[in-house]
Amino acid sequence: MDQIIVQILNGLDKGSAYALIALGLTLIFGTLGVVNFAHGALFMLGSFCAVIMSRILSASHKVAVPGETDFLGNQLMRDQPYVYDWFGEAAGATIVDWAVPISILFAIPVMIGVGFIMERGLIKHFYKRPHADQILVTFALAIVLQEIIKYFFGANPIQTPAPEAFAGSLDFGTWLGFDPLTIMYPYWRLVYFLFAGVIIAGVFGFLQFTTFGMVVRAGMADRETVGMLGIDIDKRFTLMFGLAAAVAGLAGVMYAPIVAPNYHMGMDFLVLSFVVVVVGGMGSLPGAVAAGFLLGILESFASMPWMVDKLPGINQIIIYLVAIIILLTRPRGLMGRKGVMED
Amino acid sequence: MLGLKKTDATLFLVVLGLAMLAPFILNPFPVGSGMAQFNAGYPDLMQRFVIFGIFAIGFNILFGLTGYLSFGHAAFLGVGSYAAIWSLKLFTLDVVPAIIFSIILAGAFSLLVGFISLRRSGIYFSILTLAFAQMSYALAYSVLTPLTGGETGLQIKNTDTPLLSNVPEGEIGRANFLGMEMGASHEWALGGWAFTFNLGYYIAAVAMLIAFYLSIRIFRSPFGMMLRAVKSNQQRMNYTGLSPKPYTLAAFVISGMYAGLAGGLMVAMDTQVGPERMFWTASGEVVIMTILGGAGTLLGPVLGAGFIKYFENIVSKINKDILHEWFAFLPDGFEDIMVSLVYPFVGKGWHLTLGIMFMLVVIFLPGGLVQGGQKLLGLFRRKPKQPEAGKADGTKPAE
Repeated sequence: MDQIIVQILNGLDKGSAYALIALGLTLIFGTLGVVNFAHGALFMLGSFCAVIMSRILSASHKVAVPGETDFLGNQLMRDQPYVYDWFGEAAGATIVDWAVPISILFAIPVMIGVGFIMERGLIKHFYKRPHADQILVTFALAIVLQEIIKYFFGANPIQTPAPEAFAGSLDFGTWLGFDPLTIMYPYWRLVYFLFAGVIIAGVFGFLQFTTFGMVVRAGMADRETVGMLGIDIDKRFTLMFGLAAAVAGLAGVMYAPIVAPNYHMGMDFLVLSFVVVVVGGMGSLPGAVAAGFLLGILESFASMPWMVDKLPGINQIIIYLVAIIILLTRPRGLMGRKGVMED
Repeated sequence: MLGLKKTDATLFLVVLGLAMLAPFILNPFPVGSGMAQFNAGYPDLMQRFVIFGIFAIGFNILFGLTGYLSFGHAAFLGVGSYAAIWSLKLFTLDVVPAIIFSIILAGAFSLLVGFISLRRSGIYFSILTLAFAQMSYALAYSVLTPLTGGETGLQIKNTDTPLLSNVPEGEIGRANFLGMEMGASHEWALGGWAFTFNLGYYIAAVAMLIAFYLSIRIFRSPFGMMLRAVKSNQQRMNYTGLSPKPYTLAAFVISGMYAGLAGGLMVAMDTQVGPERMFWTASGEVVIMTILGGAGTLLGPVLGAGFIKYFENIVSKINKDILHEWFAFLPDGFEDIMVSLVYPFVGKGWHLTLGIMFMLVVIFLPGGLVQGGQKLLGLFRRKPKQPEAGKADGTKPAE
């Protein structure tokens, strides 16, 4: 039993990342009808926002250490981040420590901007083109984005630690009456899961309870009619693209402490999140979220030792296997709407 | 000639000439001159040109004609490679049976994958093929290690004793063709130039020519017509009482066999395989090659393959020193500025250039480089514009 709970917990954080990326992909597909292969790159850009922010915050200058000299008798210097000067030692240290959460504030405008530029500058011209062209151009864009990041940040992963406060693990088992130390769950993963929940709830709330969201949903269902009612649906869809980019970016920002950002992390996630989207059903937002968590948890179940003993290699292929079975038996995915991309 | 129309025959002869004279054409600069690093006429690279040419020609039969965008073709290449290496290890060191095995096995595997994947079309087909390829990669990497050598891959070892070849005790067997080693080369120095004629390259080139010839025949055959019909309108095809499935499946298997042939040749040239050959980025590469050259055109895939492999091997070698040498004629300040402007796009950054070019081609030239060439020719000829082949064959997916 405790094993099962451990696996479910392990699946949650990966599942949250899948769900967030798939949510953005589905938003873009549902609104603009574009298959965006550059979405993984947006996730990657998000986690590099965290890297950039932590670099900015720890930008430092040399200060003299009073009363200490090195062996040649010169004054000893040490690096001191500027934030220490501005906010004092203690507050400065906290700010540097909390770089990743702070970079959320930085990432939101940046990612919305990136999404906006992408949509207006490139993807706008591909609405009338076939899906294959959209796939190809966004795939090329993903290559370009990741090469630019590689040029500036190098090919090696960059460690971006979570704040000190979240460093340990939660002894989750004791809450449920298991022995201590059986079910451990790192705090940051818990934070990630909760964060993903908030974002998902936010997106759904935005679409469900605001006038803007209502118009967007109407546009997703029938674009032409909404246009005939005198609403500039294109403008709203562009904003939705920005929102989707921001969701992917935020997923990336918060994921930076879990997996050190590197330039190809987007591609690694992209393939899986596409599988998630088609399993959930093209254009279905709840489907994307459900399938994200489902596949994340399935993946971690498949990597349990006794599972791997019985079916060697199952942990590597489970997601693809599930995707193949679902695509063949249920043409529109788990929760796809009838008639949307069904053949 | 050979059952080809005149224009096709000319095209074939041009490709034949290019392939046979490649050691000259690709080595235009004398050895030791400043431009010598742009010489691509060394056996390893020339082999890659033609092998990836075969791969892309095969992919084009599927994508160019039927519009089904497969994102998992590298799996067939990998299967072909594994089949070939096992044939070299166990059966005979001659490459011909190895290549035949790899074609057969890749064909069988693509029949299985195609049978399942072709139940869907559009993006679902792409995802299905991608899923199959990723599964093959993951399995080759982990569970199938006894068959695939896992992460280290497979090589011919000194313990291998093929059934039909005599390998002296303790020696590593080498792949050969009728007793001639694949690595055998003839060097010919002519003035400042040095040309290398490599047996392996010529075998691969002949295979590529056969593959190219077959693809011309397929393009011009009634079967090819049917494949185009699948792309332009499946519904109408259904209403005419024809089922697209057998045609698309046949196209899928043929292109899988091409990929197998390419994989087998790769092993014949360089007797080792690793699972990374099946990773999805390898599938993406052949997609890029085909689109860049011109999907649905005869020459496009070969051009695209040559172009990308040239970039990968030559442009990636340009480093800062070479750039400084080039811009040495500029005043000092400008030199540094130029170098720092150009540097991100060459050397290790060549993927960036590739990505940008790929984007530009997809945006402005859906018919690829071939269409670009036709447009240029059209400008010079000043003839009334004819309907362009590239446009008629544009890359529309099957939906």
